[in-house]
Amino acid sequence: MVQMNNVTMVYDNSDVAALDNFSLTINEGEFAFLVGPSGSGKTTIIKLLTGEIMASEGEVIVNGFNMNKLKRRKMPQMRRTLGVIFQDFRLIDKMTVYDNVAFAMRVVGATNKAIKDRVPRVLELVGLEGREKRLPAELSGGEQQRVAIARALVNNPTMIIADEPTGNLDPVRSLELMLLLEKINEMGTTILVVTHEKELVNAFSKRVIAIDGGHLISDGMDGYYSYEVE
Amino acid sequence: MKLNRYGYLIGEGFRNVFTHGFMSFASVTIIIACLIVMGSFTLLDINVNQIVEDIGNQNQILAYVDEDMTAQEATAQIQTKLEALDNVASVNFVSRSEARQNFLEKYDESYMEGLNEEVFRHRFVIQLVDLSQMDATKTAIENVDGIVKVNAPTEFADKFISVRNVISIVSLVLIAILGFVSLFIMSNTIKLATYGRREEIAIMKMVGASNSFIRCPFVIEGLVLGIAGGGLAFLAQWGLYKALETKVAQSLAISFVQIVPFSQVWVIVLVAFLAVGVLVGAVGGVIAIRNYLKV
Repeated sequence: MVQMNNVTMVYDNSDVAALDNFSLTINEGEFAFLVGPSGSGKTTIIKLLTGEIMASEGEVIVNGFNMNKLKRRKMPQMRRTLGVIFQDFRLIDKMTVYDNVAFAMRVVGATNKAIKDRVPRVLELVGLEGREKRLPAELSGGEQQRVAIARALVNNPTMIIADEPTGNLDPVRSLELMLLLEKINEMGTTILVVTHEKELVNAFSKRVIAIDGGHLISDGMDGYYSYEVE
Repeated sequence: MKLNRYGYLIGEGFRNVFTHGFMSFASVTIIIACLIVMGSFTLLDINVNQIVEDIGNQNQILAYVDEDMTAQEATAQIQTKLEALDNVASVNFVSRSEARQNFLEKYDESYMEGLNEEVFRHRFVIQLVDLSQMDATKTAIENVDGIVKVNAPTEFADKFISVRNVISIVSLVLIAILGFVSLFIMSNTIKLATYGRREEIAIMKMVGASNSFIRCPFVIEGLVLGIAGGGLAFLAQWGLYKALETKVAQSLAISFVQIVPFSQVWVIVLVAFLAVGVLVGAVGGVIAIRNYLKV
């Protein structure tokens, strides 16, 4: 669950507010698109939600963690409740598909047994069974993004944040990926997808949060995306 | 932290050493070079101290007794006064006849055999605690009643003490500088390795790895390189020292110099090298990774 109350964010090297008195609530189990042109504040929202930056003013609560009051040593605990997916996949090239996913479990202290139990199941869920021993370079873009999703899912997060997850994929693969995220959402995980792709958003009847200039422009549950992005 | 995590982290640290083979080689080489220079100056310092101590033992102060005094009077009236002086380690009485005998033994010249013992004076051979206080002690001995002349090699002692002090200061400064150089190079080496893996670190942070978990393999990598550098530097230092020991023993020009045997100092050298290696490695690892853990 995400709650942003009257959040203003001004970066150190700027006089302009990237977010200006911005408020937003995303409930548990929701599937939402966050849309807006470049420089509208989408990335700032993601950074605030993942704890990369702290709000200049206002309150940000992510999965019960109040980010403004969160001590640095508690940050890993908060991040374990999130799964983050990026446009450029961010896989470790020298590791196999299996190891890329297992790595996310290892770093949070999972036992070898738990890793052996969980990783194959997650790879199966994202449709990568049989690809365990491949290196990322041996996979298509769509498959690489599935590995990233598997890695984001493997620690059973409460929420997945996908930052332009289809930016490097063709329309068919993009649709497949969104269907996969929808499936994951149906299993109870909150999904927030940041995207530019109007057609993709319109193909799903989901909540669309549109922002520009650090302000909320529209927030609708009908899945209709009328806001023109650059 | 659970046991299997330790295994994973230690394994990662060792793997990193081999993954970044060239950088590891460069780090170890630099550590070896720095440690050998540091070690050589330390050993030089130890040896110069030893030589100064030997010279102190060999260069005694000779205090000559008034000719009118008999041997019994000299020992009864002067010895205790000399022993009571500051900086005096021991006082030995040498009679005229003993002095003559020592003289003849030392020069081994047959024509001197007719030398009368009356030529020699009764004397006290005085050993000092601290060679640098020789001047003050000499004055104190001269003021003792019954002592008419004091022979003390103050100039020689002063020069050697000056040399020892210079070497000690130079060694200390060099050790400090080279320590920082090693630390700097080690942290930069690991920093370069870290730079190549910043994506991996970002992913680790993103999935909720704690800072200690991320830091651990880099510190272990530093430790492995530091220990390897320390161990190899010890072997190299050993070889160099042994070669020098042999050269000095064979050289006629400096045959008077007694080098401290390596068997007496190897434990200190090994422990110091490993300790410096461990310190430089671990601190280097922590410094290198610091900036990446701030997010």
